[in-house]
Amino acid sequence: MYTLVKIELFKIFSKWRTYIGFMAIGVMVPIIQIALYFEGDRYIDFMTRSFRDNFVFVGNLLNGYLISYIILGSLTIHIPFLIALVAGDLLAGEATAGTYRMLITRPVSRINVVVSKFLAGFIYSNLLVLWLAVISLGMGIMIFGTGELIVISDKIIIFGQNDIVWRFAFAYASAALSMSVVCALGFLFSSLVENAIGPIVTTMTVIIVFTIFSNINIDFFRTIKPYLFTNYMSTWRLVFDDPVDYTQVVKNLLVLSGHIIGFFGITLFIFKRKDILT
Amino acid sequence: MQKVIEVRNLTKKFKALTAVNNLDLNVYRGDVFGFLGPNGAGKSTTIRMLMTLINPTAGTIKLFDKPIKQHRNEILKKVGAIVEKPDFYGYLSAYKNLEILGQISGCDTSNKRIMEILESVGLEKRAKSKVKTFSHGMKQRLGLAQALLHDPELIILDEPTTGLDPQGMKEIRELIIHLAKEKQKTIFLSSHILAEVELVANRMIIINKGATVVEGTVQDLLNATNLKVAFEIAEIEKTKSLLAETQWQQKIETFDERQINFLLEKEEIALLNKFLVEKNIMIHAIVPKRSLEEYFLQLTEKGA
Repeated sequence: MYTLVKIELFKIFSKWRTYIGFMAIGVMVPIIQIALYFEGDRYIDFMTRSFRDNFVFVGNLLNGYLISYIILGSLTIHIPFLIALVAGDLLAGEATAGTYRMLITRPVSRINVVVSKFLAGFIYSNLLVLWLAVISLGMGIMIFGTGELIVISDKIIIFGQNDIVWRFAFAYASAALSMSVVCALGFLFSSLVENAIGPIVTTMTVIIVFTIFSNINIDFFRTIKPYLFTNYMSTWRLVFDDPVDYTQVVKNLLVLSGHIIGFFGITLFIFKRKDILT
Repeated sequence: MQKVIEVRNLTKKFKALTAVNNLDLNVYRGDVFGFLGPNGAGKSTTIRMLMTLINPTAGTIKLFDKPIKQHRNEILKKVGAIVEKPDFYGYLSAYKNLEILGQISGCDTSNKRIMEILESVGLEKRAKSKVKTFSHGMKQRLGLAQALLHDPELIILDEPTTGLDPQGMKEIRELIIHLAKEKQKTIFLSSHILAEVELVANRMIIINKGATVVEGTVQDLLNATNLKVAFEIAEIEKTKSLLAETQWQQKIETFDERQINFLLEKEEIALLNKFLVEKNIMIHAIVPKRSLEEYFLQLTEKGA
């Protein structure tokens, strides 16, 4: 299995499209950081405008932690596309290229082929989130320094410096799990067709449609919301609450893990019975 | 003799289409087995079932006396195959493709072994070139290389000369003969070109519409048909009138102003030649025509 995963990772990282995700993050995040470097104070003013009459804000509010928090919030919407780009290609890419015939006629079971490809996709997804963490948090701290993290939702929460790092570690781990769901979904669609474009587009369509449904406050959509996995993809935000609702966090993480297992199980079931006709 | 491939009542249906219909096959150790049929006869579907790429609708497949379904990995270690056109990871080099496929097969992937196998198919100088820069013929050679990499006992070749130039076709034929005779490999050679199979195979089966049309040794099938022989003669009219009153008249199949085509048994060729020479007929050439090919066409057209 180790050899198979190694080969799959080698194949993934030998393709140009794999680096699109890393490059996109590598370009987008510094642009956001540079923009905030010059316009950050105005952003902070806007964010705290309604509280200025009652509170006095002191210290370095525009710090690396806040920048990273903002970037994580905006990019977790876009990273699924970068994940789908690779996950959708994992199985369908072999069909398009005709290489299934070489791969499946080797003395290795289909289960091992699927597991190794999935693990490689899983590793890729996690590396992408790790890269996001390194660029946004690492560079953010380098450029803006550290300080307290101010989070404004329905209340104002200010986290002290000694209370932030573990929250970010948990947030990125949670985001990685969410992205793994996207990877598993793309992988499932990839097992159904012989062209990689279909799974990429379908994965994104599902995420966009589910996200829209999750955000419409009508009774019907509120009823189906708990059944949409996109509803659990922003679990990372829960750890930036005080106190943290651990029951909800654990429940969300279990739902996300359940989706990964479910999508992967269906993929395995389909692929074991699939006739390779390309 | 050990059966290397044993197929019983093999059937594959794709909705309303029956691609393979109750097919029986026996390939013995050391055979160069020709698997013939026109395009769309079900050859590739059968090979895909042998290689576990698709699941049969009915029937059983045994390789090396073991059911492929239960002993897949154990069996595939002993099988090398080209299934239809060989496709590779175009963004990787020929060397890397072989290394990856070898690693998956769990065989020797040392530099020495990979270069040795690339050399055997004449690709050693392109080892480091990306496969996407390869011509169809070169991919076909690389396909052979990957099939031979793990030194399999059974080699399944699906139309291996497709897209090759005459020199390439000759080299593949020689390689098949070498593998069978020198390395004692069993070869299962699928083709729609009879001549290709006839030159290398000892046994063969002709299928059409997924079912067996005829099966036997190549020699038996050759003997089952008369040879078609063209006598190129200067005086066609004179020869025709000479033959008119003889037994040879019935043996004439067709003629034009240059030659007369006869359907003869092997020993009759010399007798007819003698007869014509004794009658002072100038014979420019005696050209054997491929009657087995016509036999093949007859059989497959009959089924069409």
